Amino acid sequence: MDGIKRTGKLRIRGHRVVLSRSTGGDAGITFFLMILGAFMIIPMVYVISQSLKPLDELFMFPPRFLVRRPSLANFKDLFTLLDDNLVPFSRYIFNTVFITFAGTLGNLLLASMAAYALSKLTFPGRNFIFKMIVTSLMFHSTVNMVTHFILFSAFRMIDTYFAYILPAVAATLGLYLMKQFMDSAVHESILESARLDGASEFKIYWVIAMPMVKPAWLTLIIESFRGLWNTGSSVYIHSEQLKTFTYAINQVVSGGIARSGAGAAAAVLVMIVPILVFVINQSQIIETMGSSGMKD
Amino acid sequence: MSHTTDTAKRPVSRKDMTRAQWTWKEMKRNKVAYAMVAPFFILFLAFTVLPVFLSMLLSLTDFNMLQWPHWKGLSNYTRLFLEDEIFLIACKNTLIFASVTGPVSYMLSLLVAWFINELPPKIRSVVTLVFYAPSISGGVYTIFGALFSGDTYGWANGIAINIGLISRPIQFFHDVNWVMPLCIVVALWTSLGTAFLAFIAGLQTIDRSYYEAGAVDGIKNRWQELWYITLPTMRPQLMFGAVLSITQSFGFGAVVTALAGNPSVEYAAYTIMHHLDDYGGQRFEVGYASAIATILFVIMISSNFIIKKLLSKVGQ
Repeated sequence: MDGIKRTGKLRIRGHRVVLSRSTGGDAGITFFLMILGAFMIIPMVYVISQSLKPLDELFMFPPRFLVRRPSLANFKDLFTLLDDNLVPFSRYIFNTVFITFAGTLGNLLLASMAAYALSKLTFPGRNFIFKMIVTSLMFHSTVNMVTHFILFSAFRMIDTYFAYILPAVAATLGLYLMKQFMDSAVHESILESARLDGASEFKIYWVIAMPMVKPAWLTLIIESFRGLWNTGSSVYIHSEQLKTFTYAINQVVSGGIARSGAGAAAAVLVMIVPILVFVINQSQIIETMGSSGMKD
Repeated sequence: MSHTTDTAKRPVSRKDMTRAQWTWKEMKRNKVAYAMVAPFFILFLAFTVLPVFLSMLLSLTDFNMLQWPHWKGLSNYTRLFLEDEIFLIACKNTLIFASVTGPVSYMLSLLVAWFINELPPKIRSVVTLVFYAPSISGGVYTIFGALFSGDTYGWANGIAINIGLISRPIQFFHDVNWVMPLCIVVALWTSLGTAFLAFIAGLQTIDRSYYEAGAVDGIKNRWQELWYITLPTMRPQLMFGAVLSITQSFGFGAVVTALAGNPSVEYAAYTIMHHLDDYGGQRFEVGYASAIATILFVIMISSNFIIKKLLSKVGQ
């Protein structure tokens, strides 16, 4: 072996300590990862395979896992079925894209501004506000389902885009991650010198702090994005014109077994976008998560 | 109060002032900070804080969206626990669901993150994607409905019949014995989300020199490394991940509804969330639904606090 010295239990290569790793452990871990990885990936492969199966392969016995003669017939069927809806299909896509874009942008702007103040300014109530935000991470928003309905009615937001967008703008996970990242990534000395030059806090936030926390933006964006993109039917929305892509697709798919091919095609279309967003930004998202820790 | 927000004015001295006066001066001096927090905070109050308190208040009434509410004291709660048998089933199922999916999802996230941390970067990002993708792909979990569909076209049934394991297809999502375990498996499939990423990131930020120092101090294998170095160093991420896993473990109602319907067969996978949806979203018994929501809220918050207490002992 090239230059590995053993001193008792400790092995050194060059000037680095070689950490002890048993071959049995490596094999065991690889095996465990492969089994679990197969469990994770099989449904993904299956949905893609189903979406490409022609009709006779979908209803074949015994069923085959992989497609033999791939065709795009299911995707064509899906769009034909969607054309029969009350509103043109493009309207559902527009709604989903619009609420995803508006909600994510609003969350990014408002949460990052609040995160800057909570991270870099000291004011009475700061710790209390942050504690409330951390507490909000501890319960699932469905507990507010009923009271949201009352509030939306009171604010006259039933059957408007606001009912989709505003709760997403006020989502706290992105703010939390942004604040923690600012704590470690934006140094006081830079802000201090900007203050000496007479820059306002708003300007410092926008011109200095924001460009330094770009990885945190992307994380906030994907968190917000995945929630909004998958918005399905909502009790706060009645008009067909305001329903989402996922809702329309669920309507098609609930048509039963005959539509299982179209359903798989729909699922593939819906999942592509968030996965692409993640793949493109993976390294920056992981970087933000490095500072996500909770002190106590 | 170390940072000066406005260099022209110095921080207010605390001498010769009551605490209230000093706080008021500090607040005025920091107007800009409040202006920056306000837009988010107002929405947060309106859509997260206010609803929680409103539902606690309404849980003490008989509000039904039509008539002005009457004060009912704790009668909604006594009705839930003493008269509503379905609620008790829902409680039991919720606790089973959460106490399996929460810890298992948490341990899986941690183990997988730890295992893939030693892979070369290129392979690591592919493997990360494989494990993380199900959690961001929205309704793709409905494909389990096809994999385990109740007819012979379903893959699981097809295989089992073909090799002679069973003679008639199993109605997986409509069978009392199958529906709960299957829904738990599907929930776990979607559950390697934000906490998982936080663990990967936490592991990457640990300085290698700690491990080298540990090896010098006589740490013999990776398991000792994990317990004595890795876990204590990433305790903040462990806390964050725990909070997300617990919250998530109570939020799988939609997965069950999509696969098994609401109510599921003989209430076998019926959770508090479904009960809430039934009374709040269908029957509009808002007072009663608010009591359900309040109980769910208390369960979530208290399990978070208990787990945080336990986790603070890791590596000590």
